[in-house]
Amino acid sequence: MHGAHLVCHILTIKMKCYYSALMTDKNTDVIQGTLDLLILKTLSLEPIHGFGIARRVEQVSRGVFKVNPGSLLTALQRLERAGWLNSEWRNTENSRRAKFYSLTRAGRKQLEIEEADWNRRASAVAHLLEQEA
Amino acid sequence: MSLWRQVTRGLRGLLRRSERDREIDDEVQHYFEEMTAAYRAQGLSDEDARRVARHECGNLHTAKEHVRTYGWENTVRTFVADLRFASRQLRRNPSFTAISVVTLGLGIGASTAIFSAIDPILFKPLPYPHPGRILMLWNTWQGGRSEIAFGTYLELSQRSHSFESTAIFGPWQPTVTGRDEPQRLEGQSVSARFFKVLGVAPLLGRDFSTSDEGPHASKVAILSDALWRQLFHADPAAIGQALKLDGDNYTVIGVMPRDFDDVLSPSAELWTPDEYDSSQITREFNSWEWGNHLRMVGRLKPGVSRAEAAQELAGIARTPWSQFPRPRWASLKLGLIVDSLQDDIAHTVKPALLAVFGAVIIVLAIACVNVINLLLARSAQRAGEFAIRGALGASKRRIMRQLVTESMLLTFLGGALGVATAVAGVRVIVALSPTKLPRLNAISFDPAAFLFAFVLISIIGLVAGVMPAHHIVRNGLLFRLQSASRRIASTHLWTRRFLVVAEIAMAFVLLVSAGLLVRSMQRLVAVDPGFSPSYLLTLEVVTSGHQFDDIAANPGGADRRRRFFEQALDAVRRVPGVDRAAFTSLLPLSDDPPVAGIYGAQFEDQDSDSGYNVFRYAVSPAYCSTMGIPLVSGRFLGEQDSEGAPPAALISESLARHHFGNRNPIGSRLHVGPRNRPWFTVVGVVGDVKQTSLSIDDEDAVYLSTRQTWFADDTLSFVIRARGNAAALVPAVKSAIWSADKEQPILRVITMDRLMAITEAHKRFILILFETFGIVSLLLAAVGLYGVLSGSVAERIHEIGVRMALGATRGNVLVLALRDGLRLTAFGMAIGLCGALAAGRAIASLLFGTSVLDPGSWFGALALLAVVAALACWVPAWRGANVDPASALRSE
Repeated sequence: MHGAHLVCHILTIKMKCYYSALMTDKNTDVIQGTLDLLILKTLSLEPIHGFGIARRVEQVSRGVFKVNPGSLLTALQRLERAGWLNSEWRNTENSRRAKFYSLTRAGRKQLEIEEADWNRRASAVAHLLEQEA
Repeated sequence: MSLWRQVTRGLRGLLRRSERDREIDDEVQHYFEEMTAAYRAQGLSDEDARRVARHECGNLHTAKEHVRTYGWENTVRTFVADLRFASRQLRRNPSFTAISVVTLGLGIGASTAIFSAIDPILFKPLPYPHPGRILMLWNTWQGGRSEIAFGTYLELSQRSHSFESTAIFGPWQPTVTGRDEPQRLEGQSVSARFFKVLGVAPLLGRDFSTSDEGPHASKVAILSDALWRQLFHADPAAIGQALKLDGDNYTVIGVMPRDFDDVLSPSAELWTPDEYDSSQITREFNSWEWGNHLRMVGRLKPGVSRAEAAQELAGIARTPWSQFPRPRWASLKLGLIVDSLQDDIAHTVKPALLAVFGAVIIVLAIACVNVINLLLARSAQRAGEFAIRGALGASKRRIMRQLVTESMLLTFLGGALGVATAVAGVRVIVALSPTKLPRLNAISFDPAAFLFAFVLISIIGLVAGVMPAHHIVRNGLLFRLQSASRRIASTHLWTRRFLVVAEIAMAFVLLVSAGLLVRSMQRLVAVDPGFSPSYLLTLEVVTSGHQFDDIAANPGGADRRRRFFEQALDAVRRVPGVDRAAFTSLLPLSDDPPVAGIYGAQFEDQDSDSGYNVFRYAVSPAYCSTMGIPLVSGRFLGEQDSEGAPPAALISESLARHHFGNRNPIGSRLHVGPRNRPWFTVVGVVGDVKQTSLSIDDEDAVYLSTRQTWFADDTLSFVIRARGNAAALVPAVKSAIWSADKEQPILRVITMDRLMAITEAHKRFILILFETFGIVSLLLAAVGLYGVLSGSVAERIHEIGVRMALGATRGNVLVLALRDGLRLTAFGMAIGLCGALAAGRAIASLLFGTSVLDPGSWFGALALLAVVAALACWVPAWRGANVDPASALRSE
């Protein structure tokens, strides 16, 4: 049992390096800052679980933004520790236990801040592009 | 950033790890299932849905890992794991661990302890405001510092414009009576501005003022905090109360602050203004005001530099003024010595302390080198381990972090041992130090020094531990696994060999220095003191009390004093076990202040300006025969030299030689002390006696009978030659003396042998330190050599196997290995020669009767180092010679 585990472990450790490389290669990669904004926005509508967020983001962005579970769940943990999300284990419609996330009041405020920030940056880039054109 | 959440969630992750991991697993699993369900809802088959979902999610295991490794608790956990691994490694190599920790601990501890001892003396500023402005002023005699007279102080203080305030001070040892039992106190007799010069004012009461000085002022005293607590139990109403000292009533007018440290007399408990009478400065120069027995201290005016002040004082010394007449012995013809107080306190011990400090730095360097060697050796051994770990996926940073943890753990253990060693070391130093060591009570464990040494060794340990791993990891790990790996180990082996050579050189330097000091001590102890010290007991007897005062209001006081001493001496002679007994005003090789015994002597044929400074011994007639001082010509003093008889004197051989050359001195006449007394006639010449120290030549002396000298000494030292054990006679002798008068204190009861040992205690202490360092450095160098040679043999095991297979005998292999080691030793010694020469020159001022190139010390050091090195090389060489050739050939 140990041998198999060890081999598995070695392989996965080795693959972790490639894994992160893969994820950043895609041109649909979601950088950490934007991911935060997307998560907060998605949760501002209603509390859902991790996969729900991923599906909503993918659907609304019409496939432009795709998230992988590793990055998403890590981001969710981070946001929760920052005090912007709350989580609890609930039963879904399929009577399956899942971890549901919801926005806190501080989270709502953070969402506003991030939204404003994003808009500011987006308009700045737009202006730059206009000039070059 | 919610701090609370970070902390609590992190703690939960740390403590309830499996629960958290399960939650994460569940969540990731749920994610995957939901995705599969979503694809199934789109119409894919179960299997297809799973496949696509797996592709989309990526490796679940990796995802779980990714989520799990978030959070500060992971860093903590990794650190703890590293720590546990490191401690396990250390436990598996107990000899390496033990040697490293001990080496580090000793190095850090010893250097911290020595630095703590040296710091208050040499480096720390004195505990006074603007301590750099306080200067000591000395007269010059025989090229060195000499005390000054009150008259000189008056002249200098009135003529000089460089000082804000000046003061004089001298020892004062009153006996306090009227309490449970009479107690002798240590104090100082000072001029009124003494505390102003130091810059510290009494906490209670008031400071002295000029109206307190002089013989007609009422007697006052200022107490130290400790004495105030002892005598008055910290009662503030002590101010104004009376204290009976030496039979007189002194009023307490002040108490010094608790943290006041009188560096000029560390054991002083109380101070009183001096009683010199300025009106006594007559041209006769007979009064106490012209005795050279005071020390002078002054505080510079702000803005005046020491050089300016020294120049001004030199000018004053050169130009006598008519209103300030000077006697011959206070003519200031040789100028004044002016030194800052800090340097002055340290100047007698400074060369020795700096030498010791240098030695400790060398020991620290050797310790560092040893640690580096050990770590490099171990890294070479573990190269294989690093290679495998790298192959398993450990990042370079991870390996480095683990190595850093190991080094830090080792250094931390070494540091802990170092603290213990340093604290113990400081206590040992304070206990063993000669009591004359200045600022002894300011010596304590210095955390700054410890921190410095610790940081230094940590850095070195870090570099030495990490360096090889960095080298290996960077060069590719597979490379290491091949047999060509030997090249890497040998690179480090050359570094280690170089370091060992340096170690041996440094150890050689220390051994030579220690050897020179040992020779020096041997020569010193072999010096003939001029008398025979064995079976000799000495006691210092003081006469205190007004019945002995030699003043007009107390006629016969001096006679009473003399009578007491003679009665005491008679009683002592009758004690069984006493062979001979006598007394003297000045005891050779004791800590009697030499200035109390130096007087001017002028022979008949000398003009009024010339003369000699001699030691005056006021003795009982049997003194010379009791002490074993040989008679060179003429006769000893005897009973016939009493009050009415012509004054007789004995002179020492060197004085006779200086003045008379080959002529016969018997019958010549001389004045000793005041010029207006009858002449003394020389009746005999006796052998020279060392007074101040065995290493100092100052043997001009004059011996007078106590009955014929012009004043009665209040303190005499009794010398008793015992038939057997001298120390056993103490109680009987004491009661004999007290049978004459039981009120008189007896102090400093000690045998002559012990007294001589104490006088050289300072030199002996330095010697012990150097011997210790020498031995420690020798051991460290031996260990280093052993380590390097073991490594070398282990590396060449294959070659040894080949040689043995080709017919080399065990002896050949042994010689091969030994030659290697001894070559390193020889290199080390050669390099060490120059260093040892420089070190010898540096400590030349500490040597006595020994040249820097003393062959005995050098050859001794060489031989000792060679023997120890040979022993250190023998073990690994023997192991190499005894290896089984077959297994050697097979090993890689």
